Amino acid sequence: MLPEILSHSLAGLGIWDLSWKNVIMWAIAFTLMYLAIKKGIEPLLLLPISFGIFAANFPLTGLTNEGGLFYIFYHFGIETELIPPLIFLGLGAMTDFGPVIANPKTLLLGAAAQLGVYAAFFSSLLLGFTIEEAATIGIIGGADGPTTIYLAANLAPHLMGPTSVAAYSYMALVPIIIPPIARLLTTSKERAMVMTQMRVVSKGEKIVFPLLASIIIILLVPPSAPLIAMFMLGNLFMESGVVDRLTNVSRNELMNIITILLGVGVGSTMSAENFLNQKTIYIFVLGVVAFAFATAGGVIIAKLMNLVTKNKVNPLIGAAGVSAVPMAARVVHVMGTESNPQNYLLMHAMGPNVAGVIGTAVAAGAFILSIK
Amino acid sequence: MANVNAPMVGKLVSVDVKVGDKVKQNDVVATIEAMKMFVKIYSPADGEVKEIKVAPGEVINPDIVIMVLE
Repeated sequence: MLPEILSHSLAGLGIWDLSWKNVIMWAIAFTLMYLAIKKGIEPLLLLPISFGIFAANFPLTGLTNEGGLFYIFYHFGIETELIPPLIFLGLGAMTDFGPVIANPKTLLLGAAAQLGVYAAFFSSLLLGFTIEEAATIGIIGGADGPTTIYLAANLAPHLMGPTSVAAYSYMALVPIIIPPIARLLTTSKERAMVMTQMRVVSKGEKIVFPLLASIIIILLVPPSAPLIAMFMLGNLFMESGVVDRLTNVSRNELMNIITILLGVGVGSTMSAENFLNQKTIYIFVLGVVAFAFATAGGVIIAKLMNLVTKNKVNPLIGAAGVSAVPMAARVVHVMGTESNPQNYLLMHAMGPNVAGVIGTAVAAGAFILSIK
Repeated sequence: MANVNAPMVGKLVSVDVKVGDKVKQNDVVATIEAMKMFVKIYSPADGEVKEIKVAPGEVINPDIVIMVLE
């Protein structure tokens, strides 16, 4: 009697079902944790994601089976496309469109950086990915986590883990990816160029902007509505100045809560079978292609724009169109200062930077519109 | 005579020179924080610091003179 019970419970121990692939996934999870904790790389996201990977790779837990805890996070939060638009609400409530309103040309630079999205999209098609997968990989070039997750949920849920981890990792690598490309495409005289002081933007303009932008963008690309509408709502909360409580909850408490669910949910999709394959390697390579072309696209369009306009821009700010707010803008600022200490590009670079976020959401909407 | 203004809106973190210091063009004279980044402000000209007009912690914008050089 007793020996049978013992052997039965021993057989039920998880350790017998642990495979070497699970252990590799743990190693990946630990690496991401190390990067988040020791190197401070996107810790708010990489820590929950990496723990999600770690926990999802225990055998026999049922965490990711239908009805399991992580399944619930993933299914109701992400598969239904609920959380990414809520994150956009919070992002909207912390985005200052002032630099875009003061210098609307920068919208074009944010759009130009979407070149990276399409470069990676076509490269992925050439490598044999399906059109849905290629779009999801391409959007990594937008350097926007929630948009990447949103599009993956829409088109290629099986790629959500690798594409979102690639997007967040490369965003953290923006200080390494942008400078060599931007330097290659500009002369030191161009980088040293000081831009004219930005005009002051009135409160009225800042209130009208989210409404006007919604009308234009959603009419043009209706499937971008979930992301754009929530982003603009958050922005209107902030700029109206009359609902501080809603503004604060959107960008603090709500954002923090859903970040936990999003991170764990995304991490839990990275089971060994799903992650340890050739596709994942391709995705990481294509992600770099996407970022590189995004940087190049922004810089080149900025230079073209200077050929036809009177009020010239420093071409470096085009590189900030890669979004990754505000890191790309900071990198651009540092590059400008290196060429000329009197050159303060930070605020000028914020224009293409926030425009890049909008541009990526529009690109995602356009993919859904044309593919789904 | 030259004024050092803030290049952008931000919070003054520190003034890195004292009244009476001689500075050269492109020397760091102050640090502000904007977009969670420390932005160094470089002197626009050679000169001697004559007066410092703001204190660390204050929010400054491009209209505000941080210091006067002579």
